[in-house]
Amino acid sequence: MAGDDSSGRPGLALVERQDVENRDVEAGLDALDASPDLPAGPGLGKRFVRSVLPPIVFLALLVGVWELAYLAELKPSYVLPSPADVAQKFWETVQDGSAAEAIWTSLSRGAVGFAMSLVIGSLLGLAMWWSRWLRAAIGPIVSGLQSLPSVAWVPAAIIWFSLSNAAIYTVVLLGAVPSIANGLLSGLKQVPPLFDRVGRVLGLSALGRIRYVLLPAALPGYLGGLRQGWAFAWRSLMAAELITYSPNLGQGLGQLLNIGRELSQMSLVITSITLILAVGVAIELLVFAPLERRVLTRRGLTAR
Amino acid sequence: MSTRTATVEAPVQQRDVLNVAAALPTAVRVEGVSQVFERGRPPVLEGLDLTVAAGEFVCLVGASGCGKSTLLNLIAGLTKPTSGQISVSAERPALMFQEPALLPWLTASGNVELALRARGVGRADRRAEAARLLRVVNLEEHSGKRVHELSGGMRQRVALARALAQDSKVLLMDEPFAALDAITRDVLHEELTRVWAEQGLSVVFVTHNVREAARLGQRVVLLGSRPGRVVREWQVDVPHPRTIESPGVGALATEITRELHREISRHGR
Repeated sequence: MAGDDSSGRPGLALVERQDVENRDVEAGLDALDASPDLPAGPGLGKRFVRSVLPPIVFLALLVGVWELAYLAELKPSYVLPSPADVAQKFWETVQDGSAAEAIWTSLSRGAVGFAMSLVIGSLLGLAMWWSRWLRAAIGPIVSGLQSLPSVAWVPAAIIWFSLSNAAIYTVVLLGAVPSIANGLLSGLKQVPPLFDRVGRVLGLSALGRIRYVLLPAALPGYLGGLRQGWAFAWRSLMAAELITYSPNLGQGLGQLLNIGRELSQMSLVITSITLILAVGVAIELLVFAPLERRVLTRRGLTAR
Repeated sequence: MSTRTATVEAPVQQRDVLNVAAALPTAVRVEGVSQVFERGRPPVLEGLDLTVAAGEFVCLVGASGCGKSTLLNLIAGLTKPTSGQISVSAERPALMFQEPALLPWLTASGNVELALRARGVGRADRRAEAARLLRVVNLEEHSGKRVHELSGGMRQRVALARALAQDSKVLLMDEPFAALDAITRDVLHEELTRVWAEQGLSVVFVTHNVREAARLGQRVVLLGSRPGRVVREWQVDVPHPRTIESPGVGALATEITRELHREISRHGR
């Protein structure tokens, strides 16, 4: 039996000879199996027509209808100002720096509140995953809090902390923490049990399995939770700012909106709403969408 | 077979499985192992004995319900037997699943490096060692690819490299090629044979594919179902190089299949 050694195992010379041939077949298979280069994505012009143009056309239509309604004098102009009036007010707000100030105030509050929610929500989610008892005990409450409009906490927060930043952060936290905790929890629950077995077979410690297997595996669900958590934090912040108006608090977008209401200045109200919306969309487009796309693309969970 | 048997006292040519096992150091020893998952339910394994010599390639075949995967989990130390003894020469046997079970957020190299990290290999050495292991499975050019960019066969080869990264002399394989197409499977059979011969591994290979068992193993063990126990075993003396089409492989597979069918029909009566 040429090539076999005494144990019935093929000799090294034999396997190496066999390997030369096998390598060629293998390389060919790899080349055939590799996903063919996809045609390049749609060009810049086509992408513009597909995703940038439609919202612009829609907005233009909206403004057109608005202008018509204004010209038809459906409502008195203090209720329904013309698009030009609002544009002018918008420009004023931007020019005198009050828009930048309000955006900065709200955004920094939002960032600090979100960062706190991130820490607390993540720890809470992890604890709920760790302890079945805790999950049973507070799971329904956490889920319930997710559907409770956080504006409902504003009166309580004001009574506890008076008109202060602490009151605002309390409302933001109550809005964002449940989403983040639940996002992490559902991400962890969706991790295939096989991954944990892999970690155990490789000999990772319990902490090593959490650090290198479980948490990265839970990342997509967690990111979904963070995204929703930010949306809730931003909404809660606006609700809180709208109600807690005080000279010794910085003037955020919500407060700007409230000034518009108190002065019955519809153009300022619409300007503020536009700014709030713009910040929300910008954070979504600049932070969360790219982050999520990157994570999902790396895992092959989404088309490029 | 050649006669380079001076170091081994028992004559290996003798077709006596027990003597071979007694002469060589043992890699895996399973003695009287039973496994009951639920009280009152029939045991999954009952009084199972199995010895794998160091450097031996043993294939376990059997129909559904023979507890093949249960047995591998026991040998891997992932679960404890209800009764009986299991000893393994390696501290932690490497285990390959039917699915490649690669972590999708890591590259091919990253998956191998994780096994090295678990073993305590320093950061500086991990990359080089992973590259070396990927070369063993002919994937050095694909080390930077992510899991979803690899074909099924390539993924299973990365899983093999990851198992080798555990630096265990005992490799357990749970139907690792069952989900692959026939051509890829043939290539991986050859590759596994080479890796086994080069690295001096002891392999316990579970499969429901009798031909595959005869193609790969030095010994094929047929497990009966409900409860799982050893029914019969065959020494494979088909010379290398073997392929799935080798006449010796085919003849033995026919014989094993006949026995397997007899074992299965027993349950229908």
